[in-house]
Amino acid sequence: MPVCGQVLGSDDPTTGRPITMLVSLFIGCYNDLLFPNTGKAVVKVLERLGHTVEFRSAQTCCGQMHYNTGYIRESQPLLHRFVRTFRGAEVVCAPSSSCVAMVRDHYPKLAREMNDPRLVEEVDQLVPRVYEFAEFLVKKLGVEDVGAYCPHRVTYHPACHSLRGLKLGDIPYRLLQRVRSLQLIDLPEKEECCGFGGTFSVKNADTSQAMLADKVRTILDTQAELCVATDNSCLMHIFGALHRGRTGVRTAHIAEVLASTEGEPFA
Amino acid sequence: MSVRIGKAAEAPPFQEAARHALEDSQLRHNMRHATHVIRNKRNNIVGELPDWEQLRAAASATKAHLMRYLDLYLEQFESNVIKAGGHVHWANDADEARQIIRQLVEQHGSKEVIKVKTMTSEEIELNPELAAHGIAAYETDLAELIIQLGEDFSSHFVVPALHINHLQIRQIFKRKMPLAQMGLPDLGEKPPELAEAARRYLREKFLRVKVGVSGANFAVAETGSLVVVESEGNGRMCLTLPDVLISVVGIEKVVPTFQDLEVFFNMLARSATGERMSPYVSVWTAVNASDGPKEFHVVLLDNGRTRVLADEEGRQALHCIRCAACLNACPVYGRTGGHAYGAVYPGPIGAILMPQLQAMEHSQSLPYASSLCGACYEACPVKINIPEVLIHLRSELVQGKQSNVSALSREKLGMKMMSRVFQSEWLLRRAHKLARLGQGPFQDDGVVSSMPGLRAWTRGRDLPAIPKQSFREWWREREKKK
Repeated sequence: MPVCGQVLGSDDPTTGRPITMLVSLFIGCYNDLLFPNTGKAVVKVLERLGHTVEFRSAQTCCGQMHYNTGYIRESQPLLHRFVRTFRGAEVVCAPSSSCVAMVRDHYPKLAREMNDPRLVEEVDQLVPRVYEFAEFLVKKLGVEDVGAYCPHRVTYHPACHSLRGLKLGDIPYRLLQRVRSLQLIDLPEKEECCGFGGTFSVKNADTSQAMLADKVRTILDTQAELCVATDNSCLMHIFGALHRGRTGVRTAHIAEVLASTEGEPFA
Repeated sequence: MSVRIGKAAEAPPFQEAARHALEDSQLRHNMRHATHVIRNKRNNIVGELPDWEQLRAAASATKAHLMRYLDLYLEQFESNVIKAGGHVHWANDADEARQIIRQLVEQHGSKEVIKVKTMTSEEIELNPELAAHGIAAYETDLAELIIQLGEDFSSHFVVPALHINHLQIRQIFKRKMPLAQMGLPDLGEKPPELAEAARRYLREKFLRVKVGVSGANFAVAETGSLVVVESEGNGRMCLTLPDVLISVVGIEKVVPTFQDLEVFFNMLARSATGERMSPYVSVWTAVNASDGPKEFHVVLLDNGRTRVLADEEGRQALHCIRCAACLNACPVYGRTGGHAYGAVYPGPIGAILMPQLQAMEHSQSLPYASSLCGACYEACPVKINIPEVLIHLRSELVQGKQSNVSALSREKLGMKMMSRVFQSEWLLRRAHKLARLGQGPFQDDGVVSSMPGLRAWTRGRDLPAIPKQSFREWWREREKKK
């Protein structure tokens, strides 16, 4: 079993040497402002695995909120900016399944609606290089054990965009199962949406809260201390009810759990 | 042209109707129980088929082909019905369809009709039209009968009485059926006893009434045949016992060949009720001298469908085979029930179909009645990308194609401003500072529990406060230290 601190990245099968990559981070607008610890955790994990991380500061937002609410015209310059910002990047890694789903599921169609053949070509070249963080670790880097330690009882909520959008399947579980001292409890009715849905949460606040109430009930049933997901937007929603009800259950992005070590534990 | 469909004309916006529905504890319990039971049955029975995804692809391809050549297939269907001795009527809208059917009933001097469960007849509001002309319409589908006797509205298009339970059904029967005359003075609570009451109540009507009204699940162009899929056999009786049969069918229901039914039969019952096949599949081609009705009419209904067809993105809504798998899978529908949609077709498919079929105030709230979780798309046997169409319809609303702009203007301004901010790193940094400053008086210990402008969220949920340092600030500091 690997020891904490050891470089755990995968090896190149031909040279036997560890593959190191230059990973370009896409943090996402809400992570940037509201959840900076998630980005820091991603940097920590990737650097621990021996990779180099860059943050292109021109990045802002993928445009998902605009697009999903019907402001397609307002999302178009944001697609443009995303493509410009990450031009030439080896890989782009984002700790948000919904931002990646926006890029993967909607950018190709959106670019085509913008009637710019060069943009379409650039989007088609860029999209396959954009990864969600957990997916990047397992699918691209071939790593499941990132040397993490997190002595807590944890349940995992599969965000809709990771489950039905990116179809991450068991990837997050494989990562969490390798975290030392972490007790992973299966979440009942886990495939149910938490009710966030971006502007749905305020446009249809009552229905959104009814969905959230059931999600919180199933989380409490697990008696977990921490609810983990690949998306801080769902977690912000879930946090909203867990905290309002003073349940004592916290939320954490999966990157923060994977960054946690005995020396620097998740706090 | 604005087509007003059903009670939607007076229905409140979804979010208002939903608020009341969510407080109905009996409804919440019934909805949760029923949708979970059907959903689990569906998942198990669909799981049996290793080629489910290929079936979905085939069904989707057939429907896409059909939409492209709909005019040709409809003409083929028409000529084959006429060849087999039937009559074909074309109805532009609900009003025309209602009048055609009512006049046909009147021509036969009948004061009564028996009905097979038909959504299109609800869409065109047939029963009130008939009643206004002294014609009684008897619903014979068990759930539709319950709805009719209970003076209620359907909330689901496969299981219309999904929102009520057997104890509530017993109360309705006790109120509305002549139970003593029917030889059932002490009606019990058990489902078989309730079914027996319905059987006695309906049997007499099946044998007496001379005109039947039905819809159809499929219309086969190559043969001119209609198909009705059902579970009870009551439909079969309505289709075979009366002298005259009138079927009202949406123009999108046509399929090219008999062979195409193979795919749809394989999927419909599995998706709708979690059964391998439907207990009753009735297929008929106009009239047959030796058996069944002596006279057959089919009313082909447009009622906004050609307008939907003209929208390349929205037209996939017409692929729907009315299995309601999306309703059973939807977390919104599963909590609010069908009435909150104020529409003949509720749930995710209704949310994309109704606003396209009718251009009116109420249905504009429907494209927003979804968290875009994608469960509907995953469940749909014909692969209608419901979330994609919802977004498309939202964009039409935003662009003012279907709405008055003023209602959206505050949101529009905010969205435009945010888009502008996201186009400049300098502006974004300023916006971050401003947001942090703005939350000042409202945050307590890292949490915002109440904030003007965010009340819709904070009324029931807390918000994490904006931390002192953004990620980009942290990164900048880190790079400087290097």
